[in-house]
Amino acid sequence: MANLITNIGALVLKNPVMTASGTFGYGIEFQDVVDIAAIGGIIVKGTTFLPRQGNDYPRMAETPSGMLNCVGLQNKGVLYFCETIYPKIRKIGTQMIVNVSGSSPDDYARCAECIGALEDIHAIELNISCPNVHDGGMAFGVTTEGASSVVRAVRKAYGKTLIVKLSPNVTDIVSIAKAVEDEGADAVSLINTLMGTSIDIERRRRTLSIGTGGLSGPCVKPVALRMVYQVAKAVNIPVVGLGGISNAADAIEFIMAGASAIEIGTANFLDPAVSVKVADGINDWLEDHGIASVRDIIGVAE
Amino acid sequence: MALKKHIIDLRIVSREVLGERFVLLKCTDPQAELPPMMPGQFAQLRVDGSKETFLRRPISINYVDTRQNQVWFLVQLVGAGSRALGCLQEGDVLNALLPLGNGFSMPVSPQKRHLLVGGGVGTAPLLYLGAQMSLLGMRPAFLLGARSESMLLQLDDFRKVGDVYVTTEDGSMGEKGFVTQHSILSEQHFDRISVCGPSPMMKSVARYARLNSIPCEVSLENMMACGLGACLCCVEKTVRGNVCVCTDGPVFDINELTWE
Repeated sequence: MANLITNIGALVLKNPVMTASGTFGYGIEFQDVVDIAAIGGIIVKGTTFLPRQGNDYPRMAETPSGMLNCVGLQNKGVLYFCETIYPKIRKIGTQMIVNVSGSSPDDYARCAECIGALEDIHAIELNISCPNVHDGGMAFGVTTEGASSVVRAVRKAYGKTLIVKLSPNVTDIVSIAKAVEDEGADAVSLINTLMGTSIDIERRRRTLSIGTGGLSGPCVKPVALRMVYQVAKAVNIPVVGLGGISNAADAIEFIMAGASAIEIGTANFLDPAVSVKVADGINDWLEDHGIASVRDIIGVAE
Repeated sequence: MALKKHIIDLRIVSREVLGERFVLLKCTDPQAELPPMMPGQFAQLRVDGSKETFLRRPISINYVDTRQNQVWFLVQLVGAGSRALGCLQEGDVLNALLPLGNGFSMPVSPQKRHLLVGGGVGTAPLLYLGAQMSLLGMRPAFLLGARSESMLLQLDDFRKVGDVYVTTEDGSMGEKGFVTQHSILSEQHFDRISVCGPSPMMKSVARYARLNSIPCEVSLENMMACGLGACLCCVEKTVRGNVCVCTDGPVFDINELTWE
């Protein structure tokens, strides 16, 4: 058995495989079909200070080797999370990380502060990159000023591990990563979905209710991997890699590109147990190559 | 209480082409007894075909034969995913995540008259529902609608467990017209209606039920990705706000929906 333990700042993960926000619910939905305790961490769905209804149906379109979604941060708000969900998941057996979103820096900070009071949640992932809401989300993630303003506000309100999730829908993702590092982020995770669209040719209209959506799945992997490589070279904080990972080889590519941990998103929809298989597969690969610890291959790609 | 979900490599024991564009897949679990499933629940079937059939396909449970350890899926060949499923052959493996969602309410009293209305491939879950009712000593009435006779499926199976009434749009079988125009609706009294079919049909049956104060459930088939309530893609607007069809449904009481 290789050593799979990895760190994201002060946060210790038993293995580098986490499930991405919005693709694994609160974990409990998957308990029948996967051993939750064998996953490195679960990033629960996007949570906002106030409840949000999200966008209208249809919210999803299948695309070649991927899918578009425009869910729009549907959630019941942070108080519902703290009172109703948290008691059910706090002892679930792995790291629970809450993905936090908002429509202003104060809004983000208030939500983060509520999560900060929860004893068994040791990290948040700040979503400054949701492409599917107008009042915020990606608006903050596409400029260094916007990203800095949100991280600055949240950093004051939240003392535990702060991971900032970056948008790929920018000209220069490295400058955004550096900006959030300067504001005190403990780590960055990337990439969020790529903005796209699809058209129903019979109806002569765009398929999704709001016209555009975020593209995810194996089709985005090369783009994500390139960005993880670039960002990991440029910052001194840990990088969490995601984007189209569906097997152990994909995960190892991201780790070699510089990711200290990875997230699995859309692949959970194809195989709800994939995250455990990826963790096992990383172990097998390390053993086969006589490598003692996953840490030994972080960022080794030339 | 929710039934435990499983991921199973099913084996196809029989493949039959029905009508012009339907395939009936009868599957078994060669390793173990199939888990309990309720009428109206569905499975997420893995399509390992091409890049065009990336996501699983939600397919309703057509019938469960516990004696032969079989679960049946009736697949309408409409897009790349369903066509790939339809191309599977006897002996092939079909990876299924099941059972998912909430099924139809079962009647509390065998004396009640229950009408099951289906249109097109939407007739599929009604066979299992009717069969379960039959086990409880009931004889449900099936009202099945289709464009023409060749689109009406599994009629012999339906007749074994209930009384079958048919409408076709071209009059090639049964009464001509839509299910809501069938004479049985004015001639007989029903205590409860369960519906599965195209949205316009379900909406008109729901209107009929509401007008006549008959409790009515409908089974929705919104597009979905995960089937487990995680991705929030398949939402339907209800009196409680947006809810997932995959976990809060697919069967809904019509009073929960915001249909006119």
